[in-house]
Amino acid sequence: MMRILQLNLNSRARTDAVADNVLLLDYLREIVGLTGTKTGCDGGECGACTVLIDDIPRLSCLTLAASVSGRRVDTIESLAADGRLSAVQRGFHEKLGSQCGYCTPGFIMASVGLLRRNPHPSEDEICTALGSNICRCTGYVKIIEAVKYAAQLCADGLTP
Amino acid sequence: MDALPQFELLRPRSLDEVIAARAAHPQSSLLGGGTDLVVNIRRGIVAPPVLIETNGVAALRAIKADERDLHIGAATTLAELAAAPEVERHYPVVAQAAAHVAGPTQRNMGTVGGNLCLDTRCIFYNQSEWWRSANNHCLKTTGTMCHVAPKSRGVCFATFSGDLAPALLALDAEIDVAGPAGRRTMPLADLYIGYARQDEPVTESNGDGKYFLSLQPGEFITAVHARNTPGLRSEYDKIRIRRSIEYPVTGVAVALRREGETLLDLRVAFTGTNPRPVRLAGTAALCGGPLDDRVFKGLDALVRDQIMAMKTTFTPGHYRRRVAGVLAGRLVQQLFEQG
Repeated sequence: MMRILQLNLNSRARTDAVADNVLLLDYLREIVGLTGTKTGCDGGECGACTVLIDDIPRLSCLTLAASVSGRRVDTIESLAADGRLSAVQRGFHEKLGSQCGYCTPGFIMASVGLLRRNPHPSEDEICTALGSNICRCTGYVKIIEAVKYAAQLCADGLTP
Repeated sequence: MDALPQFELLRPRSLDEVIAARAAHPQSSLLGGGTDLVVNIRRGIVAPPVLIETNGVAALRAIKADERDLHIGAATTLAELAAAPEVERHYPVVAQAAAHVAGPTQRNMGTVGGNLCLDTRCIFYNQSEWWRSANNHCLKTTGTMCHVAPKSRGVCFATFSGDLAPALLALDAEIDVAGPAGRRTMPLADLYIGYARQDEPVTESNGDGKYFLSLQPGEFITAVHARNTPGLRSEYDKIRIRRSIEYPVTGVAVALRREGETLLDLRVAFTGTNPRPVRLAGTAALCGGPLDDRVFKGLDALVRDQIMAMKTTFTPGHYRRRVAGVLAGRLVQQLFEQG
């Protein structure tokens, strides 16, 4: 069955006709054309597809598009403003938190979710918050440094 | 586009609407966070024609906890439960169990009802459709043999791995169930029938890894509740190869009461070992005296008798059973000595 989906996507109101059986991930990538959100394991294990729904990190590969009707969805494309990277993006860039880059949008959105909720996380809190994301390149050390650095940038006035 | 099979999504706003939708669509499935059901749909394991999403039903999302009672609506997310301060204060074992489920993003999605009814899995079943079809499927779906225990003679040994069940079993929790025949309350322990007894036919009260819940067709859990027992100390811990997402080697909930040097009450429950969460039978006989070797040896004997862990990719079954015994003993010691 098709239905009208209305949502706030990356701070813009959108209305689309979607079938009930379309995943949020496929809606974002195939219908809207925002391919920053990645398809990884397709089974909720890797976190590459993480997006924020009402500021809470969720897996778009296990969420139905029709379920986010009336909600606010933020993807990686929402972060940079006027060509300037957000705090978390700068953290991952400058602290080398990204290598092949495939897991990075998921890690960044999980980190943004953390910093919006908790602007001064401890290292333990960072590790816990990123527990649903898998990276096969970095060994995680650089990613944790990136999020710590992003928290400092936020303290200096940048948005996560 | 990697489309899912066709289904209709219903988004009721009240419990009565959920019950009516369920009655109108007997083949439907309830959709909470989707971290279990949508995975199974994507893997071609189930294809319900109708999904009924419960997240919009406020009556199913309440948490009430004080020094007398605990009440949790079935659509409460695991993250909400883990973060509820009054649950942590009065029923720590429940908050800890919720905080041990998968990883943080899964906990933002997964619900209490979904975790209590979590599908059982094994290293064979937990695979993609083409992988399973290449092996001619298995007992839990459309196949004729168990690939994990080939000598199982028709019994499925898929393992239950939900974290909340052992914690709530240790508190003697009850569940509220709604269905076509009305609403009823039953002990949580009666929900789980995955005994997987060899040489016994699978019946309504004697199931296995495939038939592991006693819910009737169309029935679903609306809430779980428990009474507080004054003086009861409780804790949950889980051993995994990796600290998040990974399936458990074993998860253990322990609740006990101590008076002076005497162990008055001991309740131990396991997950990740059998096709059902196991509340260890026979612990009452270990109470009444000090916490000495007799208790630990007795506990170990009960574990060896009742815990039946299968091999996983990383660990053989006998190792997982030993870990279960060690972790249970460790928690008993810790709680007994707690100030």
